[in-house]
Formats: sequence, structure tokens, C-alpha cells
Amino acid sequence: MTAPLSLVEAMAGQDVDPDGYARLEVGDAVWEALAAGCAAGRHDLSALWADEGLVRMALSDSERALRAIVSLRAEAGVYPSVARHHAPALRLERAMRDLRGTQPVGLPDPRPWLDHGRWPGRESGARYEFLPVDGEGLHQVPVGPIHASIIEPGHFRFTANGETVVRLEERLGYVHKGVEGLLAGADLVRGARLVGRLSGDSTVAYAWAFAHAVEAALGWPVPPRALLLRAIMAELERMAHHIGDVGAICNDASVIAVHAQCALQREDVLATAQACFGHRLMMDRIVPGGVAADLSPEGIGAVRNLIGRLEATRAEIRRVYDSMPSLQDRTVTTGIAAPELVRQYAAGGFVGRAAGRAFDARKTFAYAPYGTLDFALKTRATSDVDARLMVRIDEIEESVRMTSQLLDRLTPGAIRREPPAMVAGEGAALVEAFRGDVFVSVRLGTDGRLARVHARDASWFQWPLLEAAIEGNIIADFPICNKSFNCSYSGHDL
Amino acid sequence: MRSFLRDAILKGMATVPSPGAGRVALEEVARALGERARRRLGRSLSIRMVDAGSCNGCELEINALSNPVYDVERFGLKFVASPRHADVLLVTGPVTWNMREALLRAYDAMPAPKWVVGVGDCAADCGVFAGSPVVVGPLSGILPVDLHVRGCPPTPLDLVKGLLALIEAPG
Repeated sequence: MTAPLSLVEAMAGQDVDPDGYARLEVGDAVWEALAAGCAAGRHDLSALWADEGLVRMALSDSERALRAIVSLRAEAGVYPSVARHHAPALRLERAMRDLRGTQPVGLPDPRPWLDHGRWPGRESGARYEFLPVDGEGLHQVPVGPIHASIIEPGHFRFTANGETVVRLEERLGYVHKGVEGLLAGADLVRGARLVGRLSGDSTVAYAWAFAHAVEAALGWPVPPRALLLRAIMAELERMAHHIGDVGAICNDASVIAVHAQCALQREDVLATAQACFGHRLMMDRIVPGGVAADLSPEGIGAVRNLIGRLEATRAEIRRVYDSMPSLQDRTVTTGIAAPELVRQYAAGGFVGRAAGRAFDARKTFAYAPYGTLDFALKTRATSDVDARLMVRIDEIEESVRMTSQLLDRLTPGAIRREPPAMVAGEGAALVEAFRGDVFVSVRLGTDGRLARVHARDASWFQWPLLEAAIEGNIIADFPICNKSFNCSYSGHDL
Repeated sequence: MRSFLRDAILKGMATVPSPGAGRVALEEVARALGERARRRLGRSLSIRMVDAGSCNGCELEINALSNPVYDVERFGLKFVASPRHADVLLVTGPVTWNMREALLRAYDAMPAPKWVVGVGDCAADCGVFAGSPVVVGPLSGILPVDLHVRGCPPTPLDLVKGLLALIEAPG
């Protein structure tokens, strides 16, 4: 067994780059020791990707606010598997093998992940074998890839005894579009558009992460007003999804009146976004160097009025929720994700915070302008549907407070700066999307084009927890559990 | 909950008036019908939505169609779970190779006569994902498309205008 090495030890004496990440080059032994360090809970695995003969790991130590990108030279793609030590790396390594041909030695599960045997030139008739489940009276329920409602596609294989789920196994990859392939060689304008469409519900967060990474790589300063506008857009995006999903969770418990109220409030946010920034989801509004849409004085008033209505709705929804035992009966103790697992997977967003994991990229690795804002990082401990819902209701309140502070600080000024001279380089960024932190790493070539972009959605570390959370629950509660996670298929499938 | 009733009385109806059928959409549907001589499907359409590789932006806006502001059921438009109950297949995304078979199976499961509507720029021409080797689209190369509703993503009102054209097009 490899002795675990802590990130703080590995980073001793190492300079930290302007993007907040130290960059380390290591050999096989240190690589494995750091992987074992993830498993021992010394630090978290944040991302894992391949880049021109290298395999790279982003690691973070929240307590000490340390981050590093660790690189290992992988001859012909061969390197020691991280998942052999640390299970949360498993799907990342399976996907990387499918997409980049890397060969993780000791990979505990050699099945393909994103490769379904359908891609031209790589067709395979091999059957995908789900994990075996043995026991008396068990039956399987296959669901998807097409689901009953208007959501993204993915396959869920339930094994149940009567109504009780004994195992859920996910199979994803149906919406794999090859985004990282398209990004290689793209210019910055196209890059921003592509990254902004990795997961449409987090378009603001992704565009911000991409812009931030590019700006770090080029030393491209961003005007203060643009930073404030970015945060206003990011909080609008967060509030729109939080209020919408709170309603959708209640809808899964058949409380349609709450769903309708939340849907109206969500529309209010999107209509304001359209009026202020020219796009309901605010796609393509954050660009490297600043933002592409300014907020007029009328717009400032519109956002201010909006957050007043949002806070009133939030408080009322909370009162109604608290007054309905029949609703709480569906959410309390339903879909518990064991807090040890949540910590092991370093699950971000409300999935993590509902299990007591006090991590929020806006706080833990604060990026401008969040470092100077007054807001609370609230957690819950019960890690059930109720806790995830409560965290989101709490976050709306904090986002309202933040947005108010951001509006107060807006002073006239430029919203975008022209690009500096293009140089080769790299940068990385971690941005808090509504469902959790998204990581984007960018490497630029000398021609000003993107040589390699890697994006890791929060969902990578949340999807596996959904499998664990549904165990012992009844199949009929899957929709409400699933909605309480609301993982992205597109952001995961790439 | 009483506050919801109070709101409903004080704030009045949230639902927006019908925007009417989009002119461009009407022309496209009329053309599709003329060429393939399909009969009109009447005032009520059941819709099965399939995501064939979207970024989920289109799904957000399609979901909004059922909220109290757009309320498309008032026009006789209803989302159904089974393709066997559907008149219209509403497709988003550039069509990935990994979703192609599921999409075709959903179409084959629908009873005739049936219509296909492509939603979003991706369904029209693969959008920003055009050129990817793991994308098989655009949709029109895989299924006969009667109507495209463009946009990235199209707004709910654009979607309403497009879908109304299906109902109002001369048969």
C-alpha cells in the first residue's frame, strides 16, 4: 500500500501562480502517494485530465486554502491509476481512456464510460455489462436514456426487492458532443461560446471560469465594473435555478401550488435577465477581458426590484414548506447521501453543503469580487432531500444580499479591456455554479489559439453519490431524490 | 398557501396573451405539408420531447412552456411521456451518435401521422457543435423535419409561435 502524501508537503517551497494554483511535476511515486493522500482525506481531488503526454491532477486543500495542478509524464499514455487508490477518480479515468487513449495501470473497472461503441471508426457490438447483483427476489428496472419528462438523457438501472432499491447503476455519456475536441485549436471567441454551452443551466459560471482562466494565462486585467457585473449575472443564474428547483422538488411531492409560485418567480428572474442583459440565460455575456453587456441605470433599478420580490417569494415559500408536514414527509430522511462519502467525493454545491461540507468556491478560494462581499456559507447536516432543499432556500437569501451589495458598488467605467499580446501559457479557474464548483483549465498556444481546454463539472462528483443516496429508498422516490441533486448530463458527458 | 390565493387575486393573471403563430414557422410548416401531403392533425397535439445531445438550455425553455406564464396546454398542446401517445416529436441537440438509436426508436414508436419539430440552432445545423466527429446530425439528415424553431436557445415565446403554426397551418 502506498503511503499517503499531503498536498501541503508536496507543495513545500513551491511558488503559486497568479491563478492560485501551484504547478508541480512529479514522478510515479509522488503521483501515487498524492492519490493515496486523496483517499486518506488529506486533500481533495478536483479534476483529472490528459494533456499532450501528461496526465494532470488538480488537488485542493480547503483548510489551508492550497491548490495545485500536478503533472506526470505518461509514456504512451501509461500511468498509475488514481482510482486504484481513490474511487472518485474512477469515472474520470474511464472517460479519459475513452477520449484520449490513456492507459491507467490498475484501473479497478475497465469498462468504457463515454464510448458506447457508436462513434464512427470505433463501432463495437460489445454489450455493456452492468455490475452483477445477487440475492433472492431481486428484479431490475431499466430506465432511459429517454426519460418521462422534459430532461436530459441517461440510463438508470435499478435493482429492487419489491419497492426497495438495492442498487442503482448509472450509465451516462448519451449527450457526449466532443466539446474538448472542438475546443482544441479554436480561437478565444469560439472557445467562450463552446464552454458557455457545456451545460446551458450553468452558462454564466462556465463562461466566467473560461474567461478567468484565459485572463490568468495572458495576464489580461479585467475592469472592476466588469467583475461586479459578472457576479450579478452569476447570482441571477443561481437564484433562477434555485427557486425553480425548489418548486420542482415540491412538484415531485405533488404540491403543485408551490411549483407554480416558484415557476412564476423563476420567470421573473429570466425576464429581468433578458431586459437587462439581452438574453434570458445570459449566454455569451461573459467574455475574456470583461463582459459583453452593460447594465443601464434602469437595469440597476430592475435588478433591485427583482431581488425584493425574490426575497419575499423565498420567505413565503419557506413558510409554506414549514407548514406542510405532508410535504416534509416526502423530503425528510429521503435520499440520504452518507456524509463520509460526500467528503470522499469532495462533492461541491448544495450536495456537499447539505452534508456539512463547508465548501464554496466563492468563499474557500474566493475570486473577485466575492472576497470583499458579506455573505454566509450555510450548511446542514442531515444530507437528505430536505437538507439539500433548505441549503438552496438559504442560498437564495444570501444571493439576494450579495446582489444588493454588488449593485451598491457599481460605478461607471469600462466593461471590457482589449486583449494583451498573445503569448503561450496556461491558466485555471474554479467558479461556483449553482450546483457546485466548475473547474476550467486552459492552455494557449503561441498563435493565440486554444491548445487544450479541460472542463470538469460539479456533477462528476455528485452523480456517484446519487447512486448511494437512493439505496434503501423506494423506486417511487427516485424522481424527488434525483431532482434534489439535479446533476448535469451535458456538463458531465462533455 | 392563502398567500398564493391573495397573490392571484391582487396580481391578476400571469399568463401572457397568445402571440399567434409565427409567420416564418407557418410558411415552413405549410411547405412541409404541401410537399409530403400530410393531413392536418387538428387543434390538439401531444408532444414527446427528446434531447438528442443538447446543452440543456433548450430543455429549460421547453420546460417553461408549461409554467403559468406560457401555459401551452390552453392551446391544446400537451407534453406526454410515451412516444406512443405523441403526434409531435420535439427534438433538441445536434444528435450525438450515442443518442441516435434512442431517437430513432422513439420516432418509430410514434403512430402515424406524425410530425417532427427541431428546437434550437443545434437541431437546425448542429450549432456550435457542428464538425464534431461524435455528432451525427443535423436532425434533418436523420428524420423528416416539419418545422425548425431556431435560437440558442429559442425563447418560450418563439417556441409558442412555432408550435401554434403546427395547429394553424392549412392542411
